[in-house]
Amino acid sequence: MLQFTDHDRALASGDLGPAAAMAMRIITAIAEANGATRLIDVTSAHIDSCLYHGDAGLDFAERLAGDGGRVMVPTTLNVSSLDLLHPGLFRGDARLRERGRRLMAAYVAMGGTPTWTCAPYQAATRPAFGEHIAWAESNAIVFANSVLGARTDRYGDFIDICAAITGRVPDAGLHRDEHRRARVVFRLEGISDAVLGSEILFPVVGHLVGRRTGTRVPAIVGLPTDASEDALKALGAAAASSGGVAMFHAVGRTPEASTLEEALGGLAPEREIVVGQATLDAGRAELSTRTEGALSAVSVGTPHFSLAEFRTLVDLIAERHVAAGIEFYVNTSREVLAGAAAEGLVLPLRAAGIEIVTDTCTYITPIMRDHEGVVMTNSGKMAYYAPGNLGVGVAFGSLADCVASAVSGQITFDAAGWR
Amino acid sequence: MTVRPLLAGTATGSVLVLDEPLSMWGGLDPETGELIDRRHPQSGARLDGCILVLPSGRGSSSSASVLAEAIRLGTAPMAIVLAEPDDIILLGALVARELYGLVHPVVVADEATYRSLRTGERVTIADGELARD
Repeated sequence: MLQFTDHDRALASGDLGPAAAMAMRIITAIAEANGATRLIDVTSAHIDSCLYHGDAGLDFAERLAGDGGRVMVPTTLNVSSLDLLHPGLFRGDARLRERGRRLMAAYVAMGGTPTWTCAPYQAATRPAFGEHIAWAESNAIVFANSVLGARTDRYGDFIDICAAITGRVPDAGLHRDEHRRARVVFRLEGISDAVLGSEILFPVVGHLVGRRTGTRVPAIVGLPTDASEDALKALGAAAASSGGVAMFHAVGRTPEASTLEEALGGLAPEREIVVGQATLDAGRAELSTRTEGALSAVSVGTPHFSLAEFRTLVDLIAERHVAAGIEFYVNTSREVLAGAAAEGLVLPLRAAGIEIVTDTCTYITPIMRDHEGVVMTNSGKMAYYAPGNLGVGVAFGSLADCVASAVSGQITFDAAGWR
Repeated sequence: MTVRPLLAGTATGSVLVLDEPLSMWGGLDPETGELIDRRHPQSGARLDGCILVLPSGRGSSSSASVLAEAIRLGTAPMAIVLAEPDDIILLGALVARELYGLVHPVVVADEATYRSLRTGERVTIADGELARD
């Protein structure tokens, strides 16, 4: 039975406005469906509903905004369907452009910060360990839970803004200890140092883990304990695409998994799965639908490129130029782009023929010009969704493979780094 | 038969039992009501007007937006019967009720009830009751 505080009752009664009351009706229905006995405070929200999927989503945002809805906690906004900084890149129709713009305006009017990024965890301020937050967007959810140790359930369209307006969420799901412990163990065994040092290990492992665990929390044993945040970002994004993973433990690396026993909460796993080189090879192969043929584009930064990734890309390009006829896109946030520009990392990329996309993403909005050839990416998430969303063939490789292919105009893979 | 209403209301229609979970995003065309996930075993089925019976939702939270849009356009199932609660499906139906006053009930059936439902039979859902016509 769900218990309300006095503040909850004030929100629900309409004393704090009709938008808060509507948000509270929705939060309450979700709490009751999940058997929650109380609501808890959140310290931040990240909104995914600002991406246009039809007029119902626009009607909802404009109703809340028109009824005076205002966010009660610091709220960031996910990618949208438009790049407001570089609008010339948009190739959709005028109606989609107008609806997308109105949706973005409604969320800004309610007090959302126009961050337009799927990687709010790359911002200067981010949630601390143990903080309860209401984040939407699958890769942001899995990063917050797994890497930051903050606590968010799988929020998504509609409930994200309801949580931001009320500051309250059901005490359920990944807010609670018992749902955060690992149920399935993946053990990497017999993997060479070269493969363990490879950037693509992480999206490949994420892809395999998502395929095998669905929505359960996995613990992964045998990953490098010095894995970078970008590596864990790639792992989580892939696992949240091929499965519904909202949290993983990388034993020895992530904050609730200093040991396997801690990750498991002292209990036995339901299942243990050994991952050897043959399984990794199969997972890697699954992420490409095409490994040869004409290359038309390279797309990286899905999830959004970090400052560290900008530095690596500038080094890899090494003052060369993308081959004629090849499009090369880097997706990132305004904040990271400003940081990269301040370090002098943007001009060398533009000089190389690379286009930088902010506020949105090349696999959810019409940006790419050429859909005939193969698109290459180092993102497990992009590789998973692009064939369906964009109808393109995808070649999956490392960032170095992407650069080498873009410069030569031919799809190439560094075989030596994966043995 | 007793069911657990997540969103209470009444609906009558012909049952369509889906053999696998469905992501509405990428799986339901809100313009036509067609099941468009080509990897789903019932790809091509029409969902508009039916009592949709499915184990659970799947995948992207954007499915809530797609369901709300289908309800707005009149191409959605009249009611949804689940084997387990699903926040994303419930949210889509809740928002459509808030915005348009259109009530498409969402209920959870126990295992015996769930397994007894057959595609093509007509049923009526009234809050916590599900009856064959």
